[in-house]
Amino acid sequence: MSRQVPLLILLLWALAALFGGPLSEAANRIELGRILAPPGWDGLLGFDDLGRPLLQRLIVGARGSFLVAFGVVGLSAGLGTLLGLVAGYRGGLVDLLLVRLIDLFLAFPGILLAIALAGIMGPGLENLIIALTVVGWVGYARLTRAQVLSLKQRDHVTAAVALGSRQGYILWHHLLPLLAAPLIVEATFGVAGMVIAEAGLSFLGLGIQPPTASWGSMIRDGAAYMLMAPHMVLAPGLAILLVVLSLNLLGDRLRDHLDIRLTARKRW
Amino acid sequence: MSGFLLSRLLSMLIVILGVACLVFLLIHLTPGDPVDVMLGESARPADRQALRSALGLDQPLPRQLWNYFDGLARLDLGESLHSRVPVSRLLRERIPATLELTTAALLCALMIALPLGVLAATHRGRACDWGGMGFSLLGVSMPNFWLGPVLILVFSLWLGWTPVSGREAPGSLILPAITLGTALAAVLARMIRSSLLEVLGEDYVRTARAKGLSPARVVWRHAMRNAWLPVVTLLGLQLGALLGGAVVTEIVFDWPGVGSLMIEAIRQRDYPVVQGCVLFVSLTYVLVNGLTDLAYGLLDPRIRRDRGGR
Repeated sequence: MSRQVPLLILLLWALAALFGGPLSEAANRIELGRILAPPGWDGLLGFDDLGRPLLQRLIVGARGSFLVAFGVVGLSAGLGTLLGLVAGYRGGLVDLLLVRLIDLFLAFPGILLAIALAGIMGPGLENLIIALTVVGWVGYARLTRAQVLSLKQRDHVTAAVALGSRQGYILWHHLLPLLAAPLIVEATFGVAGMVIAEAGLSFLGLGIQPPTASWGSMIRDGAAYMLMAPHMVLAPGLAILLVVLSLNLLGDRLRDHLDIRLTARKRW
Repeated sequence: MSGFLLSRLLSMLIVILGVACLVFLLIHLTPGDPVDVMLGESARPADRQALRSALGLDQPLPRQLWNYFDGLARLDLGESLHSRVPVSRLLRERIPATLELTTAALLCALMIALPLGVLAATHRGRACDWGGMGFSLLGVSMPNFWLGPVLILVFSLWLGWTPVSGREAPGSLILPAITLGTALAAVLARMIRSSLLEVLGEDYVRTARAKGLSPARVVWRHAMRNAWLPVVTLLGLQLGALLGGAVVTEIVFDWPGVGSLMIEAIRQRDYPVVQGCVLFVSLTYVLVNGLTDLAYGLLDPRIRRDRGGR
């Protein structure tokens, strides 16, 4: 039972993101009569400093965090994996250049670079995704390259080369499937990290712009009214905490699962 | 020995030059013209041109890069577009606050993580372990821009124990340090646990125990000595997250450090200041990691040999 709770939370997050669109009008409706009203029957999570309902804003905010998290992880995992595959397999100058580039990017505190980039490009969903992708691909490239270096020595790859398979075919059919498991684990933790990054940048005012609700900017708005209306900070914070916690739990579980299978295979 | 030192210092220098280069390129190649952003789209062409040449943006990119490195060599980071104050002076004013915050957060993280990680490892599978690892998972999942406000609510507003924000009042460092240190403590506790567990399984630990040494002495004097090594590496790498997190923490607590300087500069489109802040933080990160690496090599002769001493 308790093992299903993280999955349930993630399902709710996805559903809110996919079907919460029609709520955006209600989420932005300003009603002065219910400013800072605490949770009650007409608004389960209470109302904010402009009398907007927090539950609806939370659901609309799920959309931004979901889009950014999956957009960034999709793009950066795709780009990083491609670069890592090619560099690891080809070796030589391509590999040398990629390793230098990875080292250079790793010399930056990633989130700081993303903050600076998002700040320079200006706020907005697309720029947010670009800024986080510029920083995010490095981890996937490093992981893929390291894996490919050992995987390309395997017999089935040597056999494929001997049979005259094209490089693209080998990368796609013989190497990528073996990489999928560690990449999925990495991506799961990546999604968790990006949920926090999106909220963090929106908290700083560099992400999703008002009046569109975002979990990060909701926390920022709420911080000013903390004593009178603590629900304004608690609700979005708990939403982030639950989603990220669920993703981390899922990642841990996937990783354990993966390790068990690896050891089982070794024993055979 | 001196060969090892020299090669480490040389590679550090190369990374520093690379970082400086990358900061410049990222800021100059990102879509969007800084002049447009600063003056607005409707500005007169003459004003645009004037600002462009004042910033040196009308020169070819290699020339701009040269100017930038030329300035860097003289520790000249340009001046703020907003206040006309040299960036290096702005940074000098803010650096102490950021160093104070990150150092305090680091100490705070160690103070939490060390007992937690050791207890979890020595009591594997029992309540201590579950509790410690539960805290660790929670700490990693909790954004510091939420933890900060919650701590303010509880300890400053409800209990009245600590100041809400700023750096002047006594005790004002406590909440920011906890806010920034918690995530690091979570990661560290996990690492200490797994590293110690590995060492505890080794023969020499069994020998120490068989000699009749007390468990505490075995853990702290014998096992921890080796368990530290991976933890120190992780600490160096986690410093990046710490410095990045400091930006947000400084905003939450109105802490006058480099992070809040950077956010102010971003809001005012003050590019030279943003560039200076990113450069400072990145260089700190590179330096600390380089020094960790160096110290590591000095402490452990095996690494000195492996990583190309000659």
